Amino acid sequence: MTTIQPGLNEVLQRTFSFPKRHFLSAADLNEVEVANLLDLADGFVSLNRQTSKKLDLLKGRTLMNLFFENSTRTQSSFELAGKRLGADVVNMSPRSSSISKGETLIDTAVTLNAMQPDLLVIRHSSSGAAALLSQKVSCSVINAGDGQHEHPTQALLDALSMRRAFGRIAGLKVAICGDVMHSRVARSNIAMLQMLGAEVRLVGPPTLIPPQADRWNVAIHHDLRQGIAGCDVVMMLRLQLERMDGVMAPSQREYFRFFGLDREKLAHAAPHVRVMHPGPMNRGVEIDSDVADDLSVSLIQDQVEMGVAARMAVLTSLAARLENDR
Amino acid sequence: MNPGPHSNRPTAFTNVRLVDPASGYDGPGGLIVTEGVIADVVKGGGLGSLSADIEVIDGAGGVLLPGLVDIRVKSGEPGAETKETLKSAALAAAAGGVTSIVLQPDTDPVIDEPSVVDFILRRARDIELVKVHVAGAATKGGRGERMAEIGLMAEAGCLYICDADRPIVDSKVFRRVLSYAKAFGVLVAHRPADPWLSLGAAASEGEFASRMGLPGVPAIAEKIMLERDLALVELTGARLLVDQLTTAAALESLARGVDKGLPIVATTSINHLSFNEIDIGDYRTFCKVDPPLRSEDDRQAVIEAVASGLIQVVVSSHAPAPAEDKRLPYDEAAPGAVGLQTLLPALLTFHHEGRIPLIDLMRTVTCAPADLMGLTCGRIARGSSADLVLCDIDAPLIIDADKLISKSKNSPFDGRRLQGKVLRTMVDGRTVFSA
Repeated sequence: MTTIQPGLNEVLQRTFSFPKRHFLSAADLNEVEVANLLDLADGFVSLNRQTSKKLDLLKGRTLMNLFFENSTRTQSSFELAGKRLGADVVNMSPRSSSISKGETLIDTAVTLNAMQPDLLVIRHSSSGAAALLSQKVSCSVINAGDGQHEHPTQALLDALSMRRAFGRIAGLKVAICGDVMHSRVARSNIAMLQMLGAEVRLVGPPTLIPPQADRWNVAIHHDLRQGIAGCDVVMMLRLQLERMDGVMAPSQREYFRFFGLDREKLAHAAPHVRVMHPGPMNRGVEIDSDVADDLSVSLIQDQVEMGVAARMAVLTSLAARLENDR
Repeated sequence: MNPGPHSNRPTAFTNVRLVDPASGYDGPGGLIVTEGVIADVVKGGGLGSLSADIEVIDGAGGVLLPGLVDIRVKSGEPGAETKETLKSAALAAAAGGVTSIVLQPDTDPVIDEPSVVDFILRRARDIELVKVHVAGAATKGGRGERMAEIGLMAEAGCLYICDADRPIVDSKVFRRVLSYAKAFGVLVAHRPADPWLSLGAAASEGEFASRMGLPGVPAIAEKIMLERDLALVELTGARLLVDQLTTAAALESLARGVDKGLPIVATTSINHLSFNEIDIGDYRTFCKVDPPLRSEDDRQAVIEAVASGLIQVVVSSHAPAPAEDKRLPYDEAAPGAVGLQTLLPALLTFHHEGRIPLIDLMRTVTCAPADLMGLTCGRIARGSSADLVLCDIDAPLIIDADKLISKSKNSPFDGRRLQGKVLRTMVDGRTVFSA
């Protein structure tokens, strides 16, 4: 018999019923749902630190990881989350299997649906792919990143990391810095953090800030020092190296000079500032190792740990609504 | 900035006609220079009694102007020192009354990263003549494909960015350059020319080019690109310096943009104010410039635009090309004309013709370009650096290209009768030229 931390027990015993079949976007959620998911995830964090991490909440269920884009951390995070909850986990990587040989996404969905998965985790390079898939399958779909649109479980784990570090999210000043334009992490975070009452700012060169993002009720800064001034959290985003060679930014060295986070720039933030990064990091490009590796400042390792717990919370919540024997 | 040594002895200019477009003053006066700075300016009267240790320069009624600021100058250095060196360009500038120049980035190597900016600024500082500034390339190699290190070059001291003669064809690239530069407060200059209509052209399209059998570019090639540029300025809100407008059609677009309140400033070159396509005559390659000389109607429209203030800055567009690049069939010859030494007398033509008041004319080469570049020079005011030109604006002269100081002698003004002789040029209180 698995021992469950009291906190988790309480949460599980709550009559929290997650009302949605899919987990596609942070913007779909409301404050209560997010707060419940965070409470649940908090309980799973304690569980994950025990020797025996296994539960049977998803026993008999099948979780299918469908990653059209390569990912190490997100895919293994979902895999671990599923396994710790007792589900059977299958990793499908369309690149190395036959399912993507000229097949459309919908054909793939229909094929996979016939295998009767209960939970389908999808990452795809096109915005809207997860939503499209969700319309064609009878199981629950979890968006693990669709193009430049959303990555809602990342926002949930980021919120969890922040809440644990500060005890709250409401009122926090959060600067999201770097390649906001191409970042699904940023879009999910903006939606979720604003819902939870944080003040969000976007910082980056204008070439990397989405057009008309000022209408998202965020302050926009093109100067990192000004942008992070007084911030409680500085969230750095990854900038793909090929976008830096004169395309969206002139060069790596110019990017680091003006938009890379180092000690000197970080000193403009609040004294108790915590630094986050969704990974994988480009050290010396968007973030100095000196900052990234300082555990008194950096939440980057925590984020990875919180990822498993947050995903367990999402899977548990969705599974509770899955229909039983058909 | 080129801080150089200056004469320790104070200097006074007396008996001069001060022409200072920045303050709008044109009248008798005098001034005193101490430690490289204008220490005192007296407008209307004389300087009164001066102490004996002051060196007095009697202007004999000549005109004392702020030193000219020329924001579009090519030097051959680095990479093509046979055309022109920084020193020969600086000497030519000093002789022409030009005290600040901004070099174009299309050197070899291209000025597209901070170390090249730094290299040229240091070389120029050592020459200790006129003040030499640098424009950085907007894109790597000036190829129009990838953004150059705009922020780092601005930190190294470049005054604006442009790809010199080459238009940035890819609108996506140009849009990014504009928005990126805006965030760094860097001014972007762009040459409006449709690249496909311009391809292979040696002259302006029209009856003359047709008769001479020269491949021509229609005047609207300028308007087409300018319209795109203005639309991108509207989208990004970035400041744009429209480089060398030369056609009536494009001026209409410019006027519309200005009326709309777009943050734009336009230049034209002294060549397009002074010559038209017919000056090509019997295939005179010294008249081959880029953009090509236009029709007389276009030239008149450009003069009007300078008179009305629609065009705010006049440049020499100094582009040295040695004889071996010019003594070629017309369509094979290199474009470009030297102009540092002839800019002032050529511009004074419009004063002598009674078309543009002297003070308005001089504004286009003094405080207007200085303000645009964020330089404090270009004005006669207490506390300003003593960059000054004393000239006899009426003295006649015949331009002899062979006697020009530039290493290259490609002047379309060769043989022209002009008025306006530089008597003395001073930079930070140091005399760098005297006739």
